[in-house]
Amino acid sequence: MLGLNTRDASLFVIVVILALTAPFLLNPFPAESSLAQFNAGYPDLMQRFAIYGIFAIGFNILFGLTGYLSFGHAAFLGVGSYAAVWMFKLLNYNILPAVILSVIVGGLFALLIGYISLRRSGIYFSILTLAFAQMSFALAYSVLTPITNGETGLQVYTDDPQYLQSADAPSIPHLFGVTMRSTQDIDFGAWSFSFNAGYYVCAVMMIVMFYLSIRIFRSPFGMMLRAIKTNQTRMNYTGLNPRPYTLAAFVISGMYAGLAGGLLAAMDPLAGAERMQWTASGEVVLMTILGGAGTLLGPVLGAGFIKYFENIFSKINENVLHQWFAFLPDGLEDFLVTILYPFVGKGWHLTLGLLFMLVVIFLPGGLMEGGQRIGRIFRKREKKPEVRAKDPEHHPKPSPHVA
Amino acid sequence: MGILEVTNVNKRFGGLQALSNVNLDIPAGTVHAIIGPNGAGKSTLLNCLVGKLIPDTGTVMFDGQSVLGRKPYEINQMGISRVFQTPEIFGDLSVMENMLIPCFAKRDGVFRMHSIESIANEHEIVERAEHMLEEVNMADKKDMIASSMSRGDKRRLEMAMCLVQEPKLLLLDEPTAGMARADTNNTIGLLKEIHEKRDITMVIIEHDMHVVFSLAKRITVLAQGSPLVEDLPENIKGHPKVKEAYLGEAA
Repeated sequence: MLGLNTRDASLFVIVVILALTAPFLLNPFPAESSLAQFNAGYPDLMQRFAIYGIFAIGFNILFGLTGYLSFGHAAFLGVGSYAAVWMFKLLNYNILPAVILSVIVGGLFALLIGYISLRRSGIYFSILTLAFAQMSFALAYSVLTPITNGETGLQVYTDDPQYLQSADAPSIPHLFGVTMRSTQDIDFGAWSFSFNAGYYVCAVMMIVMFYLSIRIFRSPFGMMLRAIKTNQTRMNYTGLNPRPYTLAAFVISGMYAGLAGGLLAAMDPLAGAERMQWTASGEVVLMTILGGAGTLLGPVLGAGFIKYFENIFSKINENVLHQWFAFLPDGLEDFLVTILYPFVGKGWHLTLGLLFMLVVIFLPGGLMEGGQRIGRIFRKREKKPEVRAKDPEHHPKPSPHVA
Repeated sequence: MGILEVTNVNKRFGGLQALSNVNLDIPAGTVHAIIGPNGAGKSTLLNCLVGKLIPDTGTVMFDGQSVLGRKPYEINQMGISRVFQTPEIFGDLSVMENMLIPCFAKRDGVFRMHSIESIANEHEIVERAEHMLEEVNMADKKDMIASSMSRGDKRRLEMAMCLVQEPKLLLLDEPTAGMARADTNNTIGLLKEIHEKRDITMVIIEHDMHVVFSLAKRITVLAQGSPLVEDLPENIKGHPKVKEAYLGEAA
């Protein structure tokens, strides 16, 4: 199907189904129940899942395949956001030209930084990309204020030209008239699901990008990238120049990041320099490693995981904890709340950090490896009875005839 | 005029004259061995041939073209393949993928952006890789991860990866180093077979005299950076200068 083998095709179908039914899947708890705060099915968060999914898929094409660890990918995300907001300011609020320009600008910026950084490999490459990203961040904050609007962040003002804005078009980001904010809430018994246009734009983009990444992974180009990760000496002596391959991978992942940045701006027409900061670059590294670098699905999982923690876990405050343990005697309740408090709410980083450590130590292949191990255990259990069924009474082996 | 001509090559590392006035003329279709005690400059000479090092003076001509100043991948594209002392293969990739990469390199050159096409649709390349694997009796190991194989198999795979590119010149840097006798004999057999079947020019750098004398048509003895003797194997065996170089003055 679609030029994929059966395994990839089924993986792709699963991702498509998950992405399209996410508003249901992420809202498993009734809206009024005490567990409703674990629901992640609200538009803003779902958009983030999809957008950071794209970001991580792109990062994985570079890091997962070639092993070049870029610590400056947030720069491309930020540049993409700025490009998109500029399109809103100059043309109109249609997100299509904005997103297209974000991809182009992200790619060009990646070409520039990659061309220089890829002269080195290993830790030196990482440091170079980090330096470039921090430089971009600092410049966006100060010198480049005319382009980036400095600390305030770039946004659309009423006196902006918007040459293509027609009178009846919405004055918030939209795709040919459908605003990104428009949400259809559907109540289903005690459950409430919201279907947001912005989410579906992001989800469709993510599906397309995921498909593209499967094709790249399975192409001769993808194989060359994995070859670079394994042995550059042999690569050279096989008549292949590793440099253009790594640069192409870097630019492709820069374009993915640009797209993610453009979509972030399309959901909320605002771009700030902090999007380029090194913490943002580190986040995508965490997502990819947590999910499983070099796997197809891993980065998407990792992105979802981290964004879920950031938005849901961080909302559990002291009051919520007290509510949960209200059934316990007072002393015990306070004790439990005191112990758990550092791990939730503002302390969600601690939980995430511990989780990351556990994953890196026990599951070097990330969450995907965890899934595979569980899958293997189940498969073994299924297979055992089959062997027994063949020979339930333990017949001895028929002895070979001896002439 | 030979396929590989090395004239007046000198190479200095600081105070050490690694190569001094090395001249070689290797005719096409022969097996030429370069032997010599440790530190004689064998590996330096080889590195000068493949573009890893650039000699201080002198020229290296391959097939009428100079290789000096060219990158290793350009030299490979000219038709020189190299087998390393420890097999250099793509360890994390499957044996089949290891074979596919040189096939793609041979067809598409140093870089080609084929990022959407499926490998399975490149029938010609896949067929060629499979054919080569059959030829070296590795077809059953096709889906194995290359690094999980034995050293002998890795060597076999590396040679197959070089041969599938149909090089004009194959350089072998101690192809049997660290191998058991049985493996060594296998490798000798493989190399003999390759030479007879394909008529590839080979330059072998080797310590093991058993290997050298069972393969080489001509031998150059290198000592302290300069060629001592160049002759037929039977004349090298008892040559007093060679004995001296290997065993010192006393012999």
